Amino acid sequence: MKRLLTRQNMIITAALLVVYIIVQVLLSTGIISAFYETNLILGGIGIIMAVSLNLITGFAGQFTLGHAGFMAIGAYFSAVMTVKWGMPFILSLLGGACLAAVMGFLIGLPTLRLKGDYLAIATLGMGEVIRVVLLNTKYVGGAAGLFGIPRITNWTWIFVCSVVTVLCIRNLLWSSYGRACISVREDEVAAEIMGVDITHYKVLAFVVGAFFAGLGGALYSHYYYFIQPGGFGFMKSIEYLVMVVLGGMGSITGSVMAAIVLTVINVFLQQYSAIRMILYALLLIIIMIFRPEGLMGSKEFSTAMFRRFERRDDRGSAGGQ
Amino acid sequence: MALLEVNNVSKVFGGLSAVTNLKMKLEAGELVGLIGPNGAGKTTVFNLLTGVYQTTTGDILFDGKNIAGKKPSAINQMGIARTFQNIRLFSDLTVLDNVRIAYHSHVAYKLPAALFRSGRFYAEEDQMAERAVKLLKIFNLDGKKDEIAKNLPYGEQRRLEIARALATEPKFLLLDEPAAGMNPQETAELMNLIRWIRDHFNLTILLIEHDMSLVMGCCERIYVLEYGRVIAQGDPENVKHNPKVIEAYLGEEVTYA
Ligand SMILES: Nc1ncnc2c1ncn2[C@@H]1O[C@H](COP(=O)(O)OP(=O)(O)OP(=O)(O)O)[C@@H](O)[C@H]1O
Ligand SMILES: [Mg+2]
Repeated sequence: MKRLLTRQNMIITAALLVVYIIVQVLLSTGIISAFYETNLILGGIGIIMAVSLNLITGFAGQFTLGHAGFMAIGAYFSAVMTVKWGMPFILSLLGGACLAAVMGFLIGLPTLRLKGDYLAIATLGMGEVIRVVLLNTKYVGGAAGLFGIPRITNWTWIFVCSVVTVLCIRNLLWSSYGRACISVREDEVAAEIMGVDITHYKVLAFVVGAFFAGLGGALYSHYYYFIQPGGFGFMKSIEYLVMVVLGGMGSITGSVMAAIVLTVINVFLQQYSAIRMILYALLLIIIMIFRPEGLMGSKEFSTAMFRRFERRDDRGSAGGQ
Repeated sequence: MALLEVNNVSKVFGGLSAVTNLKMKLEAGELVGLIGPNGAGKTTVFNLLTGVYQTTTGDILFDGKNIAGKKPSAINQMGIARTFQNIRLFSDLTVLDNVRIAYHSHVAYKLPAALFRSGRFYAEEDQMAERAVKLLKIFNLDGKKDEIAKNLPYGEQRRLEIARALATEPKFLLLDEPAAGMNPQETAELMNLIRWIRDHFNLTILLIEHDMSLVMGCCERIYVLEYGRVIAQGDPENVKHNPKVIEAYLGEEVTYA
């Protein structure tokens, strides 16, 4: 308990509470309009999606292009639980996340034996399969989509879920389990020789990542009244990948910041939705050219930074093989 | 019972037989050298012993158990650890993390303990960090525990690799040219250190080395490999007078310490 009461933890908790209360007050007094509220919700979902994707891609080093597929599973299954089975929201949230995690396990076990480009293609295929299956499932409305989902997701839910997501993934990473995942990214052969069962940890990262993506999906469907398979296509996966790359592969705080930055950019581009994806693509190219390690590299933003700016180590080519 | 028994092991790559009918037997506590010219198959033997490669024929018994078909991670957990000829540290991670990752098989706390930061999690993490620092101290690296591995000088990277291998708490340690690239003084120190850790950690060590004189001075028993076959074995005195060994090393500079 004493370990949790560090100065940094107290500052962060206080700052989070202040942010929560201020936004809550602004919302209830109507100063934040419905338009901005929507973006607030999307930003929170962005944080959940980006941080969970970063666990898989940035930390465990498994490049996946199917993250929106897990989101779709969470969105649809939770909606079915609420609308068709009359379950309470909290159970639907958990149900959506759990089913996504199960799918992550079933899909991860065979595909995570693949490496690099092959894994990217396999996960891309997985995302598309999920979308096409939903498209052809009458029970969930097929191409027309699933209607009549109650709007339950609000600022409080988003706030709590994003904080829980970030906290869980941070705690996972800063433990023996997380270090094992990172060692897989660093050098698979050396990791195996050091007793790390690499398949086990790849699947672990995939399952936990899928769980939180499912949670993000469940929050999404309970905000929008209605969902369509088309909303969870390849471009959605790319959108979250851009957040991860922009924030820095292997930086949780980087992903959080990137999710916020991109959501704000989206607000300004609302009228020009057609060029949004072009802008994303351009942004990705620019990052790759000028700052391939992203905003944060693999560093974390911390209150210690205010006291002392740490020297940034260049992430050059990997040393030995 | 011997700690390690290699029975008629062969490894074929395409048409090339890198290791042919290898027989080896190591008793617990031995410090044994494995030498031979370039391309003789020494590293391949290590890869077979650690499960990186599967044998083409023959079997390998460690502690009486067959390691065939086991994953490298499972073999490590049985008690075999190694270093690499070309250093393979987790080069973007800190020195401390390199060692902590190697402790991973001995961590008892479960995932929920990590997620919810239980008292047990902190207790074990503290203990692990303490042990890691103690281990690094042996290699004179404790002062550099927060440095990024790839920024260490070459000799220190080699020593860190040994420390990391030891952190897995092995019974049997394989060292692939641990002194490569070191100057004579560093090499002499390292050899003393290797003998010391063998005694201190109750290890059995198999050591690949290019420099004959060095192996002669350090190891109690030697296998000489050429073209994948054992051409001589025995104590250093015997081996260095063996005509086949002299022939194999002909043209190479052979100096006896
Ligand atoms: N994965 C592989 N595929 C094909 N051939 C291989 C492979 N690994 C090793 N070899 C071949 O097997 C032979 C033995 O190689 P090995 O690396 O074991 O030699 P070595 O004794 O360690 O040599 P050195 O002293 O140069 O390290 C070489 O001819 C090498 O080219
Ligand atoms: Mg070799």
